[in-house]
Amino acid sequence: MAKSDVKLIGAWPSPFVLRAQIALNLKSVEYEFLEEALGSKSELLLKSNPVHKKMPVLLHHDKPICESLIIVEYIQEVWASSGPSILPSDPYERAIARFWAAYVDEKWFPAMKGILGAQDDEARKAAVAQVAEGLALLEEAFQKISKGKSFFGGDHIGYLDIAFGGFLGWLRVIEGMGGIKLLNETETPGLLKWADDFAAHPAVKDVLPDTEKLAEFSKVVIAKLRAAAAAPAK
Amino acid sequence: MAEVKLFRSWSSSFALRIVWALKLKGVPYDTIFEDLSSKSSLLLQYNPIHKKVPVLVHNGKSIVESLVILEYIEETWKQNPLLPEDPHDRATARFWAQFGDDKVFPPVLDVLRNEGKEQEEGIVKAKESLKYLEEELKGKKFFGGEKIGFADIALGWLAHHENVFEEVTGITLIAEDEFPLLSEWRKTFPDAPVIKENWPPRDKLVTKFQAIREQALVQKLKMAEK
Repeated sequence: MAKSDVKLIGAWPSPFVLRAQIALNLKSVEYEFLEEALGSKSELLLKSNPVHKKMPVLLHHDKPICESLIIVEYIQEVWASSGPSILPSDPYERAIARFWAAYVDEKWFPAMKGILGAQDDEARKAAVAQVAEGLALLEEAFQKISKGKSFFGGDHIGYLDIAFGGFLGWLRVIEGMGGIKLLNETETPGLLKWADDFAAHPAVKDVLPDTEKLAEFSKVVIAKLRAAAAAPAK
Repeated sequence: MAEVKLFRSWSSSFALRIVWALKLKGVPYDTIFEDLSSKSSLLLQYNPIHKKVPVLVHNGKSIVESLVILEYIEETWKQNPLLPEDPHDRATARFWAQFGDDKVFPPVLDVLRNEGKEQEEGIVKAKESLKYLEEELKGKKFFGGEKIGFADIALGWLAHHENVFEEVTGITLIAEDEFPLLSEWRKTFPDAPVIKENWPPRDKLVTKFQAIREQALVQKLKMAEK
């Protein structure tokens, strides 16, 4: 397939863009990465995703697909015959994977943002507690779902690995910021090992953002989040 | 024999999605009505994290979160598919289902639960979102095309619960002149087989949401007084 048939609009720090990249890599899909300049939105992005104006956007034969998890499902469906299946074959196991991915996006990620945007120590502590609570649930889920294998997807990286793993870089940045080990041997032994296996995976290691680079970039994000929290609601 | 149970409340628009999906596919199931002010231990066992309805229990295993349940139903019972075959069309259907929950439902709720400036802002946001839905219906009878699909089921509450909100607040969000296609869909969808037989009683919904609005306004006043 010609490389220009598949394009991904994204930016290197985005955990959501990372999900799409990992999925494309898992399926050995050649694609053109259209890097957005940080702080501004390209015409192509605005045209391709007029509703949300956000990345990632996958362009396949110039048709846009938006929303990272929808993109991952699309990639699995189009390139089903290439590489391992991103979703399990059993509908119940698929539902479990989708449930936890939705949990990550709706409950866990906002708590992560809460840490970055915290105005004071008290707020940060509360957000850290929330993130830790979520990680405890995810650890339990990992133990059940992985059935002793390396990933949520078993021997292979799957939907939930991708959904949660997209945030690994940011998780490491937050650990560095606060000197806290959110993933640790006592509370999250499974996820601790999973994180290393995930980061080392061939579909992930070249696209997972460098933690130091991300930490530097996080200062911009933190400033924005704190400004938004301090300003009165529009 | 496969056993299917649905935990729902009489009014939940999210649970209604599951009723429609199961009935459109002709899947027999038992209903357990929950009083959400006093949740059963069974519900809490099946949905310990969110403690909400709907919950689908199939062969003793529970599936929660309405859009996740819809995908499960689609994959388990393949008759009368709710999602199209083409991957891009499937992505589109999923997109609009998610859009409804993320960008339409919250501002509509804001309109219901507020007055004055906050309500005004809710109206603006809701209509901004509704414009996208209006555009999506161009040349189509349903969001799913010629027949009801995944997005129609996810957005179905707009054709019933939202009418109730309009009555309770006195504010029409989906006016015929402003949203002709959406208005037409709001007449066609509720009249479709299966859909029309399963609406929660309108007068009961009016009473319920009137109470919700009053409570919300009282709470706002209390907060303002602090």
